Amino acid sequence: MTTLLTQSGPAEVEARTDGDGLWLDVAEAERLTGWELKPEGFCYGPVCIPVPPGREAEFVAPGAVNLAGFWRHMRKPVLHDDAREVWMLGEDANSRSYEMLSLEAPDFTLPDLDGTVHRLSDYRGKRVLLVTWASW
Amino acid sequence: MWQRLYNELAEHDFVVITIAMDSRGADAAREWIEAAEPAHPSLIDRDHVVSDLYNMVNVPMAVWIDEDGRIVRPAEYAGTNDAFRGQDRETGAWSDEAFQEMRRARLIYMDAIRDWARNGAASEFAWDQSEARDHLRLPSEETTLANAHFRIGQHLRQHGRVEEGDRFLEEAKRLAPDNWNIWRQAWNLQDAPVSTFWERVDALGDRRYSLPIDMPGIG
Repeated sequence: MTTLLTQSGPAEVEARTDGDGLWLDVAEAERLTGWELKPEGFCYGPVCIPVPPGREAEFVAPGAVNLAGFWRHMRKPVLHDDAREVWMLGEDANSRSYEMLSLEAPDFTLPDLDGTVHRLSDYRGKRVLLVTWASW
Repeated sequence: MWQRLYNELAEHDFVVITIAMDSRGADAAREWIEAAEPAHPSLIDRDHVVSDLYNMVNVPMAVWIDEDGRIVRPAEYAGTNDAFRGQDRETGAWSDEAFQEMRRARLIYMDAIRDWARNGAASEFAWDQSEARDHLRLPSEETTLANAHFRIGQHLRQHGRVEEGDRFLEEAKRLAPDNWNIWRQAWNLQDAPVSTFWERVDALGDRRYSLPIDMPGIG
């Protein structure tokens, strides 16, 4: 099993690695990242990144997608441990900035002390003061 | 502090959500949360997801979000400024002047929250969209890359791979020299002494530690 760290947290996935490639089942990739493989390319909502012509084999295979390959192609951070067992797919500054400029509060889910998971958007209809602290 | 504010203002369709940025997890934060007995959601963020999403660089920082889920004050220091630098390095004792300054800034910030909780968009402290955009601090490529390094570094550490994890944490620190959130959490995971923090604060010299809050009387 491979551990994949994305915005939605760590997930254990069936993946195949080859060098700097990380191949996942197409449906699994979509479930974890929201990015979907379509005829027009690799898509997130209305945004589609075409597969670079002539380089199809680097990015797609029957039923599988090279998630790390696409991520790098989109200039988003890809990191992995020495054993290639843990992979981090990060966000790039442009996408993050674009999202922030919408002023829509990015949604997230986090547990409380008892492990109950809370979602920010569950508090729609109220004014929310989000405030961080730390024990350190 | 946040618990009292929440109790006072809960009738106004207002909620406080506190988030502990603690990579050591619930056990690190438990003692503090149980002592506060919060009635509001009090969440634990091991991966610092929220600081990544909202581009926060330290604690405590706050974001004000209206009824429609729109940000009316982007991430800012939650009423704290540089007054703590007047603390004694050995004993942690506050000089009278520093303590008064810290308290003054915090009271102004808390009053602003009260005003917004009661008056919503009509509050002078809730910005319209163009003002809110002007106050956004957008992340650099180094920041987002540092956040990615931090995430995998602390994950590896959590899973017992200390040395490998530290390599990523060190790179995160190098990429984001002004991100106290990353530096302080990494020091905590690495059991660095408190003096490490003060040395880096003192090395700032005349430069600010905190980012200024755009609110009359605080700065």
